[in-house]
Amino acid sequence: MRLFVNITLSGVANGMIFASVALALVLIFRATNIVNFAQSAMAMMTTFIAYSVLNRGNGYWVAFAVALACGFVLGAVVQLVLIRPVQNKPPLNAVIVTFGLLILLEGIAGAIWGNTNRGFPAAFSQTGITIGTTKVAFSHFDVFIVVAVVVLMVLMLVLFRATTLGLRMRASAFASEIARILGVRVQRLLTLGWALAAVAGSLAGLLVAPTSSFSPYYMDLILVYAFTAAVIGGLDSPIGALVGGLITGLALAYVGGYLGGALEPLSALVLLIVTLMIRPEGLFSRPTARRV
Amino acid sequence: MLEVENLSVSYGAIQALKDVSLQARHGAVTAVLGANGAGKTTLLRAITGLVRPRSGTVRFDSHELTGLRVENVVRSGVAHVPEGQSVISELTVEENLRLGALWRYGRREREQEIERIYNLFPPLSERAKRHASTLSGGERQMLVIGRALVARPSLLLLDEPSLGLAPIVTAQLMAILSELVQRSDLTVVLVEQNARSALSIATWAVVINHGTVVVSDAAEAVAADSELRHHYLGF
Repeated sequence: MRLFVNITLSGVANGMIFASVALALVLIFRATNIVNFAQSAMAMMTTFIAYSVLNRGNGYWVAFAVALACGFVLGAVVQLVLIRPVQNKPPLNAVIVTFGLLILLEGIAGAIWGNTNRGFPAAFSQTGITIGTTKVAFSHFDVFIVVAVVVLMVLMLVLFRATTLGLRMRASAFASEIARILGVRVQRLLTLGWALAAVAGSLAGLLVAPTSSFSPYYMDLILVYAFTAAVIGGLDSPIGALVGGLITGLALAYVGGYLGGALEPLSALVLLIVTLMIRPEGLFSRPTARRV
Repeated sequence: MLEVENLSVSYGAIQALKDVSLQARHGAVTAVLGANGAGKTTLLRAITGLVRPRSGTVRFDSHELTGLRVENVVRSGVAHVPEGQSVISELTVEENLRLGALWRYGRREREQEIERIYNLFPPLSERAKRHASTLSGGERQMLVIGRALVARPSLLLLDEPSLGLAPIVTAQLMAILSELVQRSDLTVVLVEQNARSALSIATWAVVINHGTVVVSDAAEAVAADSELRHHYLGF
């Protein structure tokens, strides 16, 4: 029983991280129909920038803020420079561009910081919390992970649902031509969408780094899990990203906990394939059949 | 006044509009008629900037619209209602309307303008919080027209508003439009395949065939010319 609880708790914490990257993928996919395979590398990049900021003797929260701000800028620049030229081309062009960016960023990071594994500090203690007399596999840092991702999701939800900026962004994502003839500057909002997505990705980068071997490739596997989560959620639903993240996190935790950690990546792919076979549109996708 | 001069538009090798020139006068409805595929929709899309003309100019009052981005054409007072009752079905009725007013009005004025549209189309106010996907065809058409009017445009481009609507709904819609034009200084370009209903509220009429203007005259004259009607308008 205790093992089950511990596995579940670690699954929730990991699931929140997957949800954060999945949210980044979903934000971009629903606005542009592009899966940004460079999301992981962009998050890696900003986390390495945070690493450099930390190494200059700055506090954790300074580095944290710098990483998120750099994520915002990086997302905007990538959209402006790389994505706009391929936007109205066949979707494969964008896929190749984002793959190219993934390789490019990992190469640049390797050249600047080296390809060795290193450590990245956590905001809070990573030892399990003691409840009563029993110690559970859920640390203060895990609490922070859950809180940070929930706060991010709530902020995004408020932005999309309760502000006119969010209304513009939703309109641009759902019906860009109609949005344009209503005066919405769709291109700017797409840039903003990429920037916000990269902030979500950067947050995930900061949350993953302390628990993994921190190298230019440390986010690659997370991207596979997050992609699985996003597909389970339907690829265009932010709520779906959260639920998909939790499902993926829990599934991987049970596989890792009961069957062995080596099976985790494989089980994510099985989950992905099963989802595509049984419910290819995902759990939360908006209906594709529309009245015209 | 809207002035279109020598407008040509091509899609690849297909020339959709050839040297089209026409005018739409202030405070009046100008009907643009013609068969399916005549180039009517392309004409509106070229005016708004959704397609780039190969040559020719579009002017509205003193504004040169040619070459402007759609978002800026809108900001010079042009509202375009595309064909097919193009509500954004994922948004609520009120969100659709709010979106139309965003570029022009701050919060308070926006709510007033939305209220004005609700008075114009009462069924919309009953369904304000519902998703636009739940509306009937007639309500959708009210919503897209209301959404275009909410920012108080000076030029309204309507693409086939009667398409898919019951005749009685079309008649109601035309009555509302004609009242609106009489009350305000609105200039309307009404593209229709349903020539009969368009001519009922239009002052001027332009007939397009295979991408060129064949007739440009008073609506009454077009309606009275039985040969022309028979040849191009099918009634």
